[in-house]
Amino acid sequence: MDKAAPAAGAQVPAPPSPRRRRFIAGGAIAAAGGVAALPGAARAAAPDNLPQNVPLNVPLDVPQWMREPGAGFLNPPYGLPSPFEQGVVRKLPDAPSPFPTATRTPLQSLFGSTTPNGLFFERHHAGVPAIDPAQHRLMVHGLVERPLMLTMRDLLRFPAVSRSHFIECSGNSMAEFKAPGKGSVQNIHGLLSGAEWTGVRLADVLREAGLRPAAAWILAEGADAAAMTRSIPLAKALDDALLVYGQNGEMLRPEQGYPLRLLLPGYEGNMNIKWLRRLKVGDAPFQTREETAKYTDLMPDGTARQFTFAMGVKSVITAPSARQVLDGRGFREISGLAWSGHGRIVRVEVSLDGGRRWQAAALDGPVQSRALTRFRFPWVWNGEEAVLQSRARDEAGNLQPTRAELIGRDGRNSIYHYNAIQSWKVAADGEVSNVHV
Amino acid sequence: MSMSKTAAYLALAGAAALALAACAPAAPAQRIGLGTTPSAAQIRAWDIDVRADGAGLPPGSGSVAQGKAIYEARCLACHGANGEQGPAPRLAGGRGTLAGKAPVLTVGSYWPYATTLYDYIRRAMPLDRPQSLTPDEVYAVTAYTLHLNGIVGPDAVLDAESLARVRMPNRDGFRQVLK
Repeated sequence: MDKAAPAAGAQVPAPPSPRRRRFIAGGAIAAAGGVAALPGAARAAAPDNLPQNVPLNVPLDVPQWMREPGAGFLNPPYGLPSPFEQGVVRKLPDAPSPFPTATRTPLQSLFGSTTPNGLFFERHHAGVPAIDPAQHRLMVHGLVERPLMLTMRDLLRFPAVSRSHFIECSGNSMAEFKAPGKGSVQNIHGLLSGAEWTGVRLADVLREAGLRPAAAWILAEGADAAAMTRSIPLAKALDDALLVYGQNGEMLRPEQGYPLRLLLPGYEGNMNIKWLRRLKVGDAPFQTREETAKYTDLMPDGTARQFTFAMGVKSVITAPSARQVLDGRGFREISGLAWSGHGRIVRVEVSLDGGRRWQAAALDGPVQSRALTRFRFPWVWNGEEAVLQSRARDEAGNLQPTRAELIGRDGRNSIYHYNAIQSWKVAADGEVSNVHV
Repeated sequence: MSMSKTAAYLALAGAAALALAACAPAAPAQRIGLGTTPSAAQIRAWDIDVRADGAGLPPGSGSVAQGKAIYEARCLACHGANGEQGPAPRLAGGRGTLAGKAPVLTVGSYWPYATTLYDYIRRAMPLDRPQSLTPDEVYAVTAYTLHLNGIVGPDAVLDAESLARVRMPNRDGFRQVLK
């Protein structure tokens, strides 16, 4: 056994030897000097009790980590990020709350279009239940020919599919209705994540139960302390809804609904009922608290829109983004995410001048329906002030609105479904901030 | 599982496999036969939802006065003395504010159905001990919350029939978009 192995569960593995410690600290300093170039680096500082005056890992030095064997296998058995990435974590809102709120995904530190399971945003209404999968049951009843009770073993025997889809909280970015938030893209837009989900088509399970002719809506209920419930239109259930147990190749995490979650691609996050235990088929929506008192959109005339299920077409530049500082002029790639609850992203454009001129960005493929899509745009910063924006269009023909267009349509009292174009101002000193233009 | 039932499942699975081989990766065109049939008692034990028309409301009843006592013991710490203080979401007040600059969304100003109140309290409240109230207690707390909003009088007693008849002030305030 390698002496260097850190204690299991330790947050930051102890470096193996004093000499090695020195050089790791040197590496951290070098990385921190790179600032915005490395997404996680700015906040992944080395512990401050390490020596500061160490040789950098540059020629002609041969670093200490090449002069002795490294750590052994299974260190730990379930792998963890490098200790230099310890700042890349989910975040609670700045204002403390006695009630369950949400944690946000560090979009500014991630690549591609998949959110690692440990960084997937969290929202729950009464805590995360600790469910024994052997005791978990899914009951299907109501307007069906044959009520069904399914175990997780049963569900794992069904034909399975794996598909990539985003989940966005319908309250994501809500503060932007009022004023530009002061935080990072994580604070502002971090109730958004994407994963490859594996599970069973809901249509297959409903076929097992047999729908009665009057069936039109399905109540989905979670096995958490909120017994969270939403009504799902039957058309969605039969179209692309899944009962998922897998997320990015492994079982769901507890905070994502372990062992079973309803996945409604493109719909409001809260409708993707976690810890799913009951599906009741009915002939009308059930008018639960979460689809009347909450998750409805108050319009300027005092009436509210109900059942606004799909998340609108949206995009945001994640690199560079607010709270970062550009480390000098010259080339850097602008990159971000685009998504739509109405289908595939077909085009993303980037503006460097606050929306006057637009240029097409490249999309990473294959572009999938109702999934995060990474876009990229080459940029040579000349050191002058700039206002960076992105706007996305989906295959249904929806174009991401400006903030003025969104507020002109929905007013400022609506707190859900904010999908306006985001503006990042780059100051002459390289500082990036959130502005409303 | 009986032998004959097992044999039937295996035959079905074989048929499903043939269907899959013919036109992979289509879903099986017929039932797979997994799962069991829950008993009526099992369904009843989990079937706790209450619809807008009152379907699902259990037998029992509760008064505003009984509700006040339960509210003060179980709800007041989060919802305040008269449902207007918080820190939890406000339950009362806010009527006439929905089109203003600072709308206050409460049971009285916003919720379209009184039955939803029963459904929600029954499944999720109080936050520290959900599903601990009896049906009579849920009726009573529902009655008291409606009374705090001036929707039922101080002597009101609610049961399945009378709660389903309560018309909320914002009943017509919602437009279904379905998209």
